[in-house]
Amino acid sequence: MNRQHLHLRNARLIDPKNSLDARLDLFIADGLVAGIGLPPTGFAAERSIDASGLIACPGLVDLSSRLGGIEPELNAAVAGGVTSLACPPDSKPPLDEPGLVERLVRRSETLGLARVYPIGALTQQLAGEKLAEMNSLARAGCIAFSQAKRAIVDTQLLLRAMQYAATFGYAVRLRPQDQFLTGDGVAHDGEVASRLGLASIPVSAETVAIATALLLASQTGVRLHLSRLSSAAGIALIRQARRSNVQVTCDVAVHHLHLSEMDIGYFDSNARFDPPLRSASDRDALRTAVAEGLAAICSDHTPVDADGKQLPFAEALPGASGLELLLPLTLQWAAQEKLPLALALARITCDPAAILGIEAGLLSVGSPADVCVFDPDETWRVTPDALRSQGKNTPFMGYEVSGRVRMTLVGGRIVFEA
Amino acid sequence: MHNPQLNANGELTHLLSIEGLPRAVINHILDTASSFLKVSDRNVKKVPLLRGKSVFNVFFENSTRTRTTFEIAAKRLSADVINLDVTRSSTAKGETLLDTVDNLVAMHADMFVVRHAASGAPHLIADHLRRLGRNDVHVVNAGDGSHAHPTQGLLDMYTIRHYKKDFTNLAVAIVGDILHSRVARSDIHALTTLGAAEVRAVGPQTLLPTAIERMGVRVCHDLGTGLRDCDVVIMLRLQNERMNGALLPSAREYFRCYGLTPAMLALAKPDAIVMHPGPMNRGVEIDSDVADGPQAVILPQVTFGIAVRMAVMGILAGN
Repeated sequence: MNRQHLHLRNARLIDPKNSLDARLDLFIADGLVAGIGLPPTGFAAERSIDASGLIACPGLVDLSSRLGGIEPELNAAVAGGVTSLACPPDSKPPLDEPGLVERLVRRSETLGLARVYPIGALTQQLAGEKLAEMNSLARAGCIAFSQAKRAIVDTQLLLRAMQYAATFGYAVRLRPQDQFLTGDGVAHDGEVASRLGLASIPVSAETVAIATALLLASQTGVRLHLSRLSSAAGIALIRQARRSNVQVTCDVAVHHLHLSEMDIGYFDSNARFDPPLRSASDRDALRTAVAEGLAAICSDHTPVDADGKQLPFAEALPGASGLELLLPLTLQWAAQEKLPLALALARITCDPAAILGIEAGLLSVGSPADVCVFDPDETWRVTPDALRSQGKNTPFMGYEVSGRVRMTLVGGRIVFEA
Repeated sequence: MHNPQLNANGELTHLLSIEGLPRAVINHILDTASSFLKVSDRNVKKVPLLRGKSVFNVFFENSTRTRTTFEIAAKRLSADVINLDVTRSSTAKGETLLDTVDNLVAMHADMFVVRHAASGAPHLIADHLRRLGRNDVHVVNAGDGSHAHPTQGLLDMYTIRHYKKDFTNLAVAIVGDILHSRVARSDIHALTTLGAAEVRAVGPQTLLPTAIERMGVRVCHDLGTGLRDCDVVIMLRLQNERMNGALLPSAREYFRCYGLTPAMLALAKPDAIVMHPGPMNRGVEIDSDVADGPQAVILPQVTFGIAVRMAVMGILAGN
């Protein structure tokens, strides 16, 4: 596990950031990418790895992973090829105290698995009433601020939060969900919820919140990222804002690229998501937006134990385990849409890295050697035992997927090998 | 996707929803109910079909009336009936729904009659029993959230068939709070499966689910339009909590717009029948002159309900 001089041979190297897709050797020294194609002078490999038939790409960057038990989830991350992840502030207790953030950073550094980037609470206790100590939280290691799934109902406070964040150049991430329109809803306001008698969430819960956030963002000039878009109408608002040169980025959970309200079937609580799975045409619009590069892909990893899912649909906890499925589900989407691999990998490497503003998601000489080596054609079945995460909750349980991570490097160290 | 209420032979093993029930299964239940109706008229009101079987009425939500009709039906089939008012016992102590079920299975329950405030709770129980390999334990949904109340749907069909014989020429108006009504959803599925010519959903936009027309109904916001020349009127109960101003301004205004008065009923066919799942709010959704009038079949619905529930339990126990 030490920082070795590594020589990765015969891999197909895909680095979307540098528009690289070629069979080239990769040389790693002192935790950094030391050479691409050719070794640096005087390079002596301590280990040479034959990666014939495999793809090497930058380690994946995930915009939101809930960690719960830190060690198993970070093991799940590297098993899924994820080398950097942002952690939302709605842990217990929430990340609104610099001490908590420092502890999380220290703990993850000690583990030496995936790099963890905490997102601080925008308001104290995420209550949406008082601003959190953003500057102190940023000094402790927070790279952005959000309310996780909680809304700021008071729009004046939302304005103030954006103004204060903009003062220091901090990014604000919001989940666009109007609290009142969401109500006690648990499913998309459409055919399936109507048929099953489930309390529903209209698309306007998303679009109203997006419109509010966009207007306040352009007033304050804050760097705004909108998380987990779920609807075609929401995407349309973002597209329109970008045309008007509003600085806004967004992401879509990988599950939303594949599933729709129909997947609820007979009340399958593994298809309970927040925001909800919407109609098939919403899903198609999300797929298009990601293909265009308007939105990045996010695992929205949310481990939930069996007790939290073996409940009637409305009482079950939302979310799915996603870190280990991020790559296979992204590859599946790309294959279905007949998109180049480099484009697909950009959505889970350099795009999220740019959103987070971190030096990751690329393989330039001199950049940290965070690498994911995978077999794009190897298939595997999603089973509880196959997942390292403590969260066995996924609507893809039992599915056969392709894309198997064979090796993950963080800072030049092999942290996962299969 | 497999239908969780039918076994591999296509026989009914749970009654969870009318949705997905083949027409033949519905007709079989109604025919069986017809033969049980005579049992209730006899001096000795019992048949031994469920002798030695234990039926557990597990009500996570209070409903004395529905529970009683299931109890009577099970007793007329000679079952042992155990009533559990779970709202006041286990769940209050933190026991989960499936823990409760496991305990009752350990007590050798043969059938669960389940009422729950959450849509889909009976499906969860049926799925749990399937995973336990207990195909011999049956679940009857006695009402789950806003999702389904299949025995009410079936007794409504029994009532309509009794008075109208054939479904294919019927226009049926369902009036009121369809958004929160499990009865309405079960009736709509049953009517469309049995081939009713037209099903109308009548109510203000705040009480109609989104895309309800995808369930095969015609939406009418005007009561007069909804009632015109229809053969069957099903009035729904308006829960008190809906009248607090969030969905409707007041009970008075609701009655003015959607209350069934003799004048409004006159728009329907002269031989139209008026149904209500009970309990009625007189003066809110229905005028007493209609409720007590010659076209109302609300009390026969109750009588038929016992026979239909006997039929459901008898058929399940035999599969």
